[in-house]
Amino acid sequence: MSEIEYRRVDSIHGALMFLRKVDGVALGDRVLIRDRDGRRRNGQVIRSSDELVMVQVFEGTDNLDLENTWVRFLDQPFELALSPDMLGRNFNGIGEPRDDRPPIVSSVRRNVNGSPVNPAARAYPREFIQTGVSTIDGLNSLVRGQKLPVFSGSGLPHNRLAAQIVRQARLPGDSSNFVIVFAAMGVSYSDARFFEHEFESSGVLRNVVMFVNLANDPPMERLILPRTALTAAEYLAYDLDHHVLVVITDMTNYAEALREVATEKGDVPSRKGYPGYLYSDLAEIYERAGRLRDRHGSITMIPILSMPSDDITHPIPDLTGYITEGQIVLSRELHGKSVYPPVNVPPSLSRLMKDGIGKDDTREDHPRVASQLYAAYTRALEARNLASIIGAEELSGRDRRYLQFADRFETSFVSQGESEERNIIETLDLAWELLSLLPPGVLGRVTAEDLRKYHSWEEGG
Amino acid sequence: MGEVVEVNGPIVTIREAGIRNGDQVTIGELGLVGEVIHIRHADALVQVYESTESLRPGEQVHGLGHPLSVELGPGLLGQIFDGVQRPLDEIMRQSGEHIGRGLELSALDRTRSWHYVPEEDLVVGARLHGGEVLGRVRETGVIEHRVLAPPECRGEIIEHAPEGDYTIDEIVARVRSEAGSVEDLRMYHRWPVREPRPYRARSSGNQPLITGQRILDTFFPLLKGGKAAVPGPFGAGKTIVQQQIARWSNADIVLYVGCGERGNELVEILQTFPELIDPYSGRSLMERTFLVANTSNMPVVAREASIYVGVTMAEYYRDQGYDVVMVADSTSRWAEALREVAGRLGQMPVEEGYPAYLASRLAAFYERAGTVDTLAGGSGSVSLIGAVSPPGGDFSEPVTSHTKEIIRTFWALSKPLADARHYPAVSWLDSFTDYAERAGRWWTREVSPDWPLRRQQALTLLTDADELERIVNLVGPEALSSAQRWVLESAGLVKEAVLQQSALDEIDSFCSPHKQFKLLDLVLRFHRGGADLIDLGVPVEQLTELPFGGELARLKSSVPNDDLAPLDDYWKHIDNAFDRLRVEYSGGSAKP
Repeated sequence: MSEIEYRRVDSIHGALMFLRKVDGVALGDRVLIRDRDGRRRNGQVIRSSDELVMVQVFEGTDNLDLENTWVRFLDQPFELALSPDMLGRNFNGIGEPRDDRPPIVSSVRRNVNGSPVNPAARAYPREFIQTGVSTIDGLNSLVRGQKLPVFSGSGLPHNRLAAQIVRQARLPGDSSNFVIVFAAMGVSYSDARFFEHEFESSGVLRNVVMFVNLANDPPMERLILPRTALTAAEYLAYDLDHHVLVVITDMTNYAEALREVATEKGDVPSRKGYPGYLYSDLAEIYERAGRLRDRHGSITMIPILSMPSDDITHPIPDLTGYITEGQIVLSRELHGKSVYPPVNVPPSLSRLMKDGIGKDDTREDHPRVASQLYAAYTRALEARNLASIIGAEELSGRDRRYLQFADRFETSFVSQGESEERNIIETLDLAWELLSLLPPGVLGRVTAEDLRKYHSWEEGG
Repeated sequence: MGEVVEVNGPIVTIREAGIRNGDQVTIGELGLVGEVIHIRHADALVQVYESTESLRPGEQVHGLGHPLSVELGPGLLGQIFDGVQRPLDEIMRQSGEHIGRGLELSALDRTRSWHYVPEEDLVVGARLHGGEVLGRVRETGVIEHRVLAPPECRGEIIEHAPEGDYTIDEIVARVRSEAGSVEDLRMYHRWPVREPRPYRARSSGNQPLITGQRILDTFFPLLKGGKAAVPGPFGAGKTIVQQQIARWSNADIVLYVGCGERGNELVEILQTFPELIDPYSGRSLMERTFLVANTSNMPVVAREASIYVGVTMAEYYRDQGYDVVMVADSTSRWAEALREVAGRLGQMPVEEGYPAYLASRLAAFYERAGTVDTLAGGSGSVSLIGAVSPPGGDFSEPVTSHTKEIIRTFWALSKPLADARHYPAVSWLDSFTDYAERAGRWWTREVSPDWPLRRQQALTLLTDADELERIVNLVGPEALSSAQRWVLESAGLVKEAVLQQSALDEIDSFCSPHKQFKLLDLVLRFHRGGADLIDLGVPVEQLTELPFGGELARLKSSVPNDDLAPLDDYWKHIDNAFDRLRVEYSGGSAKP
């Protein structure tokens, strides 16, 4: 560790600090900054030449001046000390305790940026996780090692849904529970408190590691927080063999912090002022989920992001959707109808579902039932749309049945209690109960055998 | 030897006298590899294929004296390479589960020996010209590797190894050029990736690339040697379409380039392809497949290179006389890598931050597709199929709009179709192909002379139905005549029974050309039969109440490719029912 302190700050703006004539500073190195009052801040080298070194300061540069700022280059990247004692603890974005307990001391230290997993070392995720939520298990199944974000909007119950998933997620027939890494960026105190309370009341708190940056904490810390949290998750999964569920909220705040720094650096903006590398940057975070061939543990990731103005084409949800393996989209309309969880079924998707369900994993009819529900529900929404134009009375008999199907689908399949845990068989049986509202002639996505076995159609019924 | 002056993300400024633009360099203690892309006075800007974290000004730089190039020889098939042609399996052996930096690895296995059979007429004293087949090696169960002389090599053979087992480093032939210099030839040679490999002449392809996907083959066909794009918002199923093409297309060799996409998708290919059986050769699909992977979390500059590394390898197999399909998922990530580098160089952005040369780079890349007469005297092709990931699903963004002008087949994916789990979500309204006529000649010859007509009828039915749907949404279905309502019903059936195709269904995943035609023909006959009955006064409700809809939609996954008789039988079944109605409504006389 270098002991030299430089007092060569050349300029300061926003979260950036520039130093002149500091030789041979490595990109990505950790920086310690001491201000006139002796208070310490943390930074990282983001550009380095023999003329000028650019440092990003996580706590911001307020109250720093050129004369009385001392800078030390630690000659090492940002690292996190890792030990099993992290469980049950609460840290800030750079891994310092927030809970009045001593810092983690360990000889195991890892670079928080990680390094890319070799695709050849990955194992394909295919173990079905039962969350007890019908819209997820039945229609958008989650598997161990998947990254499945929740696209939400302000005021929608994404936190409650995430908490319900954390409480109920299990592998059918497996009693071992998930270890949880909770990463919160720019969230309100009450949201953070909500999760903490949830973890406490469901008795999992000692299996949770929390990394929290509140709305009034330094925004630049959000740039490193998910990396710190995922470094902890990787340690828990691959060194300690745990199955880890990572909940990250809210990715929108992360992307905004990234935009702020990018703008200060003068990076060429692409859409809505976000830098062109937002995709790669988000991928560095999301792609740390997964399974490795020769390791027991796994990292399943549920990032939560609020879509600005509920716009799914906004760069943050858009780029996220291109990286993650599907998405659960929440709907303001269903929320308005008091449907909980207000999952907007058509745009929701799980890409890894196909290999985690079916005969050996859930039930043989599952893939076809899911496809049929999707087809029927989108058809039913068309009928509902038509009814709003010409009136329900004018609809054909078949369309009236679809209308009834849409209503029942929303009130009894999508909607369920916050503590209601439906197992996958219950979910599938419920699905057939709804499909039985429709005549077999329109159910082209299921097989004749499925119909014989599960469909109970009565002519005129 | 030079030194590092500045480190700015993946762009490193170095100072080294005499370095050429395009040269490769190794940087610093770790030996990171990069490529000179810009020379500015005494400084050269290098794009580095690996993370530059912990690199510092003052570290040493060595020029390698050659541009980014790939090794071309036996042993490529079945492999997965990173964006600069390093085998990922070997990387794992050396640096574990995470990709290490500064690894020096060769693409081809040095230790493996191959059974080499020299060409009979290439005896000592014979003339050898560039690109000629020197000898043969069985690379996999299905592919015979034709060892090619390097394209620029020519002269008199002064030594040629006898049949036997050799490693790729052993010399198999010596050639004396006219100038008298002697060149040693091995089973592999190197080629710079940014330079298209030479050929004798271009020819126009006339064979359709059969993918077994009905919406692609029947409605928007692509020719071997053609260029296609698959644009679509996230979740529309680009990857599944690409994977289905990689699985089932009737090409000799398939190269899958995962460019800035998900790691798990490549894992899926790696784990499923070895077990899948190629419907043409009856052998494992992996014997004709290889991959290039630069996943979204791997360094961005190697993403830019991966496309060129891929297409150069594709051209190499083309030059051996094979039909090669290269699937690139996704070209948008490649364009973004270009944008990132341009931004770091301070180049003026034109549209959405992309540099002005985006369009010309895209065009130059797709231009490497084509059917050619090879230097070896045969014919081969490279078909390029690029996925495009438009931000927000907006097809007017720069990458999609420039691509659209270059390619000849456009498979536009639609979000509403994907939301209804109608896969492949290829829109019949927004897609187009320029190859329908040439493909039609093949279909007419090999499948049925009615093919062009049926295809046209189906497309007309679908566009008409779209028009009618708009009317229904304005004024309700009552405004339509019976015949028009029947058009809507039939179009719905074309979508469910023909266009929708499940990649997961064992039978339906691959649909043979004959089955494609028969299914379509059956649904269109059903439509015409129904329309005739409506002319006789049969109410449309009576037709829609018939149980045929759901059953027709299931035929695709119950009738196997090798026994299509049930499709004919099913028509008889429908025809009988229609006949009864005909009798009822025309007052006695059966078939006219």
